[in-house]
Amino acid sequence: MQLLTGVALGSIYALLALGLCLIFGMLGVVNFAHGAFFMVGAFLGVYFLGLTGNFFFSLLLVPIVTGGIGLVTERFLIRPLYGRGIDYPLLLTFGLSYVLIEVMRVTFGIEGLPSITPDSLKGSMNVGIGYFPKYRIFLIVMTALIILGIWFFIQKTRYGLIIKAGSRDPEIVKVLGVDVAKVWLLVFGIGTAIAGLSGILASPTRSVNPEMGIPILAESFVVTVVGGMGSPIGAVVAGLLVGVVYSLTSLFAPALAELSIFVLMAVVLLIRPQGLFGKSGFMS
Amino acid sequence: MQAIFQLIATHRVLATTLFLMVFPWLMPYEALAINILIFGLFAMGFNLLFGYMGLLSFGHAAFLGMGSYITGISIVSYGMPWGAAILFGVIAAAFGGLVIGFLAIRTRGIYFSMVTLALGQIVYYGFYKAEKLTGGENGLRGVKVDPFNILGFKVDFLNPLVKYYIILFFVVIAIWLVSRILKSPLGSVMEAIRENEKRVLACGYNVAQTKLLVFILSAAICGLAGSLRALHLSIVPIDSLHYLQSGQAVMMSILGGMGTFFGPFIGATVMLYLEDVVTSFTKHWMAVVGLIFMFFVLFFPKGVWGSILERLGSQKGSSK
Repeated sequence: MQLLTGVALGSIYALLALGLCLIFGMLGVVNFAHGAFFMVGAFLGVYFLGLTGNFFFSLLLVPIVTGGIGLVTERFLIRPLYGRGIDYPLLLTFGLSYVLIEVMRVTFGIEGLPSITPDSLKGSMNVGIGYFPKYRIFLIVMTALIILGIWFFIQKTRYGLIIKAGSRDPEIVKVLGVDVAKVWLLVFGIGTAIAGLSGILASPTRSVNPEMGIPILAESFVVTVVGGMGSPIGAVVAGLLVGVVYSLTSLFAPALAELSIFVLMAVVLLIRPQGLFGKSGFMS
Repeated sequence: MQAIFQLIATHRVLATTLFLMVFPWLMPYEALAINILIFGLFAMGFNLLFGYMGLLSFGHAAFLGMGSYITGISIVSYGMPWGAAILFGVIAAAFGGLVIGFLAIRTRGIYFSMVTLALGQIVYYGFYKAEKLTGGENGLRGVKVDPFNILGFKVDFLNPLVKYYIILFFVVIAIWLVSRILKSPLGSVMEAIRENEKRVLACGYNVAQTKLLVFILSAAICGLAGSLRALHLSIVPIDSLHYLQSGQAVMMSILGGMGTFFGPFIGATVMLYLEDVVTSFTKHWMAVVGLIFMFFVLFFPKGVWGSILERLGSQKGSSK
């Protein structure tokens, strides 16, 4: 049972890490504003839900908006920094996260919004081994669908081919006549859209406040380090693993729940510094 | 003008000390000056690692916080004299630097930032959960320093100006130490690692050991800043361990000029002074600092002091 809770939590981590990983693999940028995009997604999700009363509609709208913010960010803030060293985009997105947090505070107040579970997904259902909240099952299924969708997009479409090739060697792709800048723009947009999406998906399971993205950023870094930087499969597997470890420790030793995933990361670092699915030497 | 800068650069410790001696009179009130002093030291310790060796750590709040908490706990729970408490704080931070550094230097580049951030959060949760000793969410309260005598003079920490000069004494020692390290062969190796790690390795230097050593030194200096902060505030807020606090060190270094000697102090002055001014008419200081920081990253990546140095350098070049 607790395992299933862990998978539900892990789905959120997997989605977040996947977004981070896509952006990093392609652009070489670590998005320190990822947690902030997650938070914006949750806020907008609750806001749109209150406005339209339709959860599925806001599920569609939120990634479009956060993805849009992501597009603007890449085009006007990150693009001037390419070729200027690996730390600058990171620092810039860190500054951006401050601004996004404060903008949400100004718009929605420092208290945050009450999280709402849509009526159709309230209650629990029998999953064979006992009763489990419907919403979490929906969460797991949705995540699986999104991940499958992204997998399909990257593996089976022409755009995916360009993205894969671009993360291997952007120079050659450019020579072959592809506008790499546009691909980068698109990938950053997709990454932030996924962050927003995971925000709204997570919103019924936790409190929605401007600071909610701060711990989640550190946690998704843990997932990325455990899974291996730049490996989408690693992101998903490590996301689920971290979620399960977190819920199992919170069952047996609640005080150590937050610590457990960081300990997991330390162990992985000692044994396999490149992460479970990372290629060694990828980061040098 | 050039000559003055030259003079300042050669006697940088003396210049900084003299400036900091009169500094309290340039600030609107003493508490702000003390804050700048402490955060300048914090940023300087961080800059040792980031500016001079090129390792961007997002976990340095851990060392600031460890210094604060261990100093605070030594005084509150064990009733130690404040001098010993500072010593313990610095040692604890250095030890923390050893453990975190040992894990973190196994990674490179951006990975390093993420790992230090995550390891810093462990420390945060650890102190957060140890409520009996640390006070948990409320922070540690009652870090008091009783009045004492030095050479017949009565020293009272409640007088902010006295407190400023006591803290300055420790800060000057640390500044001297940093200046000494940077001028030593170790300092040269550090900068060489920043420029080209593989070549340093090929030259036969032990890169991993150097990194770890500098990490520990940097942690110890940040720990000292933390210890002094505990004495200054007489409480230790739990936020001092949070990674946004690490972010502050990053911001100050960038604003002032990373990899420069005066940069961190200038960055701390600019940031804390602005914070003081801005918060007097809006609550939304974070948005302002975020925007300023992004502006600097985009247009002045060398920071205030770095840009001044660059301007001077180009004048020198054109006059030839």
